[in-house]
Amino acid sequence: MVVGKMKFTFQKRVKLAQGLWLLSWLATLGGAVTFTLGCFLKTELRRRGEVMDNTDIHCVPNTLMIVGLASMGINYFASRICQDALDPGRFPRWKTFLKPYFGCSVFFTTLMLISVILSYAMKGSLETSLKIGLKNGIRFYKDTDTPGRCFQKQTIDHLQMEFQCCGNNDYKDWFEVQWISNRYLDFSSKEVKDCIKSNVDGRYLVDGVPFSCCNPSSPRPCIQYKITNNTAHYNYDHQTEELNIFIRGCREALVNYYMGLMNTIGAVVLSVFLLQSSVLASVRLLQTSMEAVAGQENVEIETEGYLLEKGVKETFMEYVDPVLKLLLLNQVTPPEAKPEAGATGTTTTTS
Amino acid sequence: MAVLPIKFTKTKRDRLAQVLWVLNWISVVTGIILFILGIFLKVEINKRQDLMAERQLQSVPNMLIAVGLIACMINFLGGKICYDCVDTNKFLRWKLVMLPYIICTFFFTLSVLVGALMCYSMHGQLEEALTVGLRDAMRYYKDTDTPGRCFLKRTVDLLQIQFQCCGNKGYRDWFQIQWVSNRYLDMSQREVVDRLRSNVEGKYLMDGVPFSCCNVNSPRPCIQYQITNNSAHFNYDYQTEELNLWMRGCHQALLDYYTNIMHSIGLTVLIIWLFELSVLTGVRYLQTSLENVLRQGDPECESDGWLLENSFVETARSNFNIIKHLGKFNQISSNGDPNIDKPSTAHYGPDNVPLKPLPTAS
Repeated sequence: MVVGKMKFTFQKRVKLAQGLWLLSWLATLGGAVTFTLGCFLKTELRRRGEVMDNTDIHCVPNTLMIVGLASMGINYFASRICQDALDPGRFPRWKTFLKPYFGCSVFFTTLMLISVILSYAMKGSLETSLKIGLKNGIRFYKDTDTPGRCFQKQTIDHLQMEFQCCGNNDYKDWFEVQWISNRYLDFSSKEVKDCIKSNVDGRYLVDGVPFSCCNPSSPRPCIQYKITNNTAHYNYDHQTEELNIFIRGCREALVNYYMGLMNTIGAVVLSVFLLQSSVLASVRLLQTSMEAVAGQENVEIETEGYLLEKGVKETFMEYVDPVLKLLLLNQVTPPEAKPEAGATGTTTTTS
Repeated sequence: MAVLPIKFTKTKRDRLAQVLWVLNWISVVTGIILFILGIFLKVEINKRQDLMAERQLQSVPNMLIAVGLIACMINFLGGKICYDCVDTNKFLRWKLVMLPYIICTFFFTLSVLVGALMCYSMHGQLEEALTVGLRDAMRYYKDTDTPGRCFLKRTVDLLQIQFQCCGNKGYRDWFQIQWVSNRYLDMSQREVVDRLRSNVEGKYLMDGVPFSCCNVNSPRPCIQYQITNNSAHFNYDYQTEELNLWMRGCHQALLDYYTNIMHSIGLTVLIIWLFELSVLTGVRYLQTSLENVLRQGDPECESDGWLLENSFVETARSNFNIIKHLGKFNQISSNGDPNIDKPSTAHYGPDNVPLKPLPTAS
């Protein structure tokens, strides 16, 4: 049961080869674009790597880079094949190369589709990673004298100012953490002692936020301490005040930013995937239609081209069997099963 | 005696024409670069227009944009001319245009040089514009309810955050102006009223700065109020504390930023000017050598190319004479016309008919 059978006249074959040559160069460009996008995404993820707990999300840009490079190689060979395809003298030398070429190409093209799906599917993992990372960042904000954590303050401040956000879920996260180091607290002062005593863990908690939460668009000078105390400030109601500090949480801001980036990249890579698949299908059709010409005196006859000779499942088994055989060879075969394995091995190679 | 003559064989002339064709196309690209640099500078100046007082700052980017566009057109034409110069027949088409073209391009390269020099001279005007502009911006910082000034607070805050600077010359500038609006001052409180009274002009001055002056690299939470009061904060000495606020003034920060941009652009424009000048020299040699070929009549022969036919002094003198005579074009010169101011000896009319003896009838 042949899949995708089409009739090709000589003129149609020539047109197919020419169109394929152009298409393969476009697809090479698409592969380069995919690689560049992968590098860009990786750089962006690494820039904020300090507020991410794990690097699981990096599988997306890594896959994109691999697929981009592979795509450039696949399309380069596609252009070489189609250049030689119309010449019956030069085409036969590609014969042995074509089967592994198609196997690899289909594998990498599927990988491209998987990377697009991954970029949408990894949102949950990214969110969890950011949640833990930001929580730690806020917790270690005050530890500017501890080696390994001394840059947390700077990182969080820069992050809040650049993404216009405050805290993990929102600004109230700062009320639950002591973000002022003990080095700068006057323990002889009564109010400091009272504040620490009133807390179970002995932490100095305030209803205040760091200056990096301040919104420059606010019409009034920033109120960062005693935020929930309306009487401490003139003409101020913290429940209706929206412009004083950033309302949004940094986790939401970062997730939105990265998902926006990955959505755009996903759309571009999807179109490259479609281009790549059409290139592969065209190469296959060209190859099969040229094979029918081989050995004929008149090269200008009409031939048939097809995508798959057998059904999808049988072709898949045909490709996977050599790989399985390679894996099975590593296992120790029992002696009585050896001649049978040898017989089945020879039958699979001749089919 | 010609200025810098060079002998050109036919192959040398053809090679020169081809090279000049390529160089002219490269010059079109450099013209586009000039145009882009002009636009970039214009955008950068417009971005901070709120912080600069009104001065003639737009002249430099406008000049660069104009020069860039003209360079593209001139070099496009030059490329076409050089392409045709390989063939002596086609050169005849351009013969009359080439000399005016070269003169125009020469004056144009002068304007490119002027553009480059203007980049360096803008420094003084920029400094003045920034001083006045920043001073006013800080003064109107609190006027977020006045239309026309309501975005100055945001602009100044973002400026101080982005350029890591505070105030005009330093953070103390904020101590001398009232940057907290009266709308947010509780006039019923005693300390507010005291502070207002203690000031001659009734301004609410304090030793505090806006939050945007806070230094991100400070190990301790930002101290922005009561800065000069050491006892108000634990373990704090404002005279030795350097990391709490940004120490640099925004005037210096902006000036450095724009000076860097101007110097880079100026250098690029100078290099482009040198390139244009060399292309112009090549075109002049090509023109003179082809004209000499036409003068000698044989397209395959060797000819001389030069910059000027006679020496500088003689060329200047002859050009000056031409300009002098141009002015006298409408007057009829007495040397030229033999009929002017001479008494007329031809007598016509009844008064002067000479008496001719009448023919007698015989």
